[in-house]
Amino acid sequence: MSVTRIYVPRETSAISVGADEVAIEIAREAKRTGARIALIRNGSWGASWLEPLVEVEVDGTRIAYGNVSPSDVGPLFAAGLVQGGEHERRLGPVNEIPYLIEQDRWTFWRCGLTDPLSLDDFRRHQGFNALEKAFADGPESVVDAVTKSGLRGRGGAGFPTGIKWRTVADTAADQKYIACNADEGDSGTFSDRMLMEGDPLGLIESMAIAGFAVGASKGYIYLRSEYPLTLSVLSRAIDVARDAGWLGNNIQGSGFDFDIELHLGAGSYVCGEETAMLESLEGKKGIVRYKPPLPAHEGLFGKPTVVNNVVTLGSVPNIVNLGGERYAQMGVNRSKGTLAFQLAGNIRRGGLVEKHFGLTLRELIDDWGGGTASGRPVKAVQVGGPLGAYLSEEQLDITLDYEAFGEIGAMIGHGGIVVFDETTNMAEQARFAMEFCAIESCGKCTPCRIGSTRGVEVIDRMIAGVDREENYDLLLELCDTMEAASLCAMGGMTPYPVRSVLKHFAEDFASSGDDR
Amino acid sequence: MARQGIDKETTSQYVRQYGAKAEMLVQILQAIVMRHGWIPEQTIRQLADELNLSRADVYGVVNYYHDFRTEPPGNHVVKICQAEACQAMGSRALTDHACQSLGTDIHGTSEDVTLEPVYCLGNCACAPAVMIDGKTHGRVTTGRFDELVTGLKEGA
Repeated sequence: MSVTRIYVPRETSAISVGADEVAIEIAREAKRTGARIALIRNGSWGASWLEPLVEVEVDGTRIAYGNVSPSDVGPLFAAGLVQGGEHERRLGPVNEIPYLIEQDRWTFWRCGLTDPLSLDDFRRHQGFNALEKAFADGPESVVDAVTKSGLRGRGGAGFPTGIKWRTVADTAADQKYIACNADEGDSGTFSDRMLMEGDPLGLIESMAIAGFAVGASKGYIYLRSEYPLTLSVLSRAIDVARDAGWLGNNIQGSGFDFDIELHLGAGSYVCGEETAMLESLEGKKGIVRYKPPLPAHEGLFGKPTVVNNVVTLGSVPNIVNLGGERYAQMGVNRSKGTLAFQLAGNIRRGGLVEKHFGLTLRELIDDWGGGTASGRPVKAVQVGGPLGAYLSEEQLDITLDYEAFGEIGAMIGHGGIVVFDETTNMAEQARFAMEFCAIESCGKCTPCRIGSTRGVEVIDRMIAGVDREENYDLLLELCDTMEAASLCAMGGMTPYPVRSVLKHFAEDFASSGDDR
Repeated sequence: MARQGIDKETTSQYVRQYGAKAEMLVQILQAIVMRHGWIPEQTIRQLADELNLSRADVYGVVNYYHDFRTEPPGNHVVKICQAEACQAMGSRALTDHACQSLGTDIHGTSEDVTLEPVYCLGNCACAPAVMIDGKTHGRVTTGRFDELVTGLKEGA
């Protein structure tokens, strides 16, 4: 009798809803029934609404079972789980689930498919092929491919990656760095985390490619402390790569030296801003730096540094493998390629959807997300994290395209999409935007440090019905000041969600108290 | 978690592990907090000496980051996500319930359980999210919350 492979994700969301307990129960039940199984802890496919998602490999096909609870395991074995047997949790072959097959998996294609910590599995699925190709083609060719791809920074700012790499490559220095920004602090986002938990060796390969392309021998990953599981997966993956000679001196005899140091954040949102992150990597308070100098010229320890988000870097291996042009064929206008959208909040089918730019927001929310989890109408959708605007129901036909969002005072950012239903009081959400800024401001510039606190006070007066019209004007003025005069996006973009509430949901201020 | 200070040799071990370089300060503090829960005054002084920094430098860093407590927490730490995706799934009501259920305000400690806010655990598709002693839980209803914290209050 052969050994049947059973997959249970080792991924934060899956584990948060019981994947570890399910895995334990499967092992116990297999032992009890004498079934010969190999339990593999894969990454998540990103269909978080189906977690824990268990798969059983039968004749080369992976049969999925969704929302499996520990108490389902006994009955599942009785129903012939090991042979892919019928059961109400059975969803059929995983590669026929519409939510997954209709995606454009460029960056996340190994996520869910492979055992994240198995070097063999990684190599079987093209792992390190791109790095080997980079060694063969030379650094110049890698920078060219990235430039041609039109890839833009997926952390939120959307700066062209090729230009950044070119700048660092062309800056002479005795030491350069790759700094991977894994401080994914925006609410509604988890794509960095899923990629690091599901394909950590892919990130390591991506960073080595970046290092090779620009002439950097050292990389740092700045990981937020709120991701303890990611920390454990990523540090083990770094050891796996190092032990096999894919990190360290003279990688695979190429003559190229590159190693990675993993650093933890300490709960500061603003450290996701690139210069604050560099300060924190240097062991200091995460206070934003003035720009210029750009990090590409004077970054970490004053040396030229490529600062890229996890997903940005993760998009590179396939760009090297398949060519920049292939990537640029996807998407619309200046928004090339794919983005890993994250459906979150009050949504029926929440999870990660990697799709080319150009869909409408409504398509994502309705076709993938299936509407709200509560079943009530959508009231507002916040795109791009706590600094992103709230869009009203009427605005949902907007195309997912950086520039289209910019035109309406919104942003796509890191691709987080948080849905709110009609029970939401939007005045509270506007207040929270200011409150969050007050809590997280690094304090360097006055508009952000003081403005956010004043913003909370003004909104509180509006909610209480005190001089509502005067305070409305005052709040708009405050937003203008913060946007124009703040040093970074923290204070500079907190006005986005606030203004959007004033514009589209002003009635929610009126409902809270009587105007006096 | 250690209510008493952290002895000198233990602190020195962290410094040796990460290297006595100023750039490792955040990493050393994080390692100490993860293991001991807080940063005692004496540790701040010692780190300043060993890393050749001023005490003000170390204080500044300790004060800046939310993770670095200067008071010992309870034996168990419960963090409830307060960010938007969880708000959309009722985290405000869950937080009120948690305060009642644990008998403390947010940032407070009762019966050895410390309740803290957190701004995003990256579990936004399975909201609302709660982290208990470093483990993230998703789709946490008030009933589920009570189940999760029952064991804690009994002095586990």
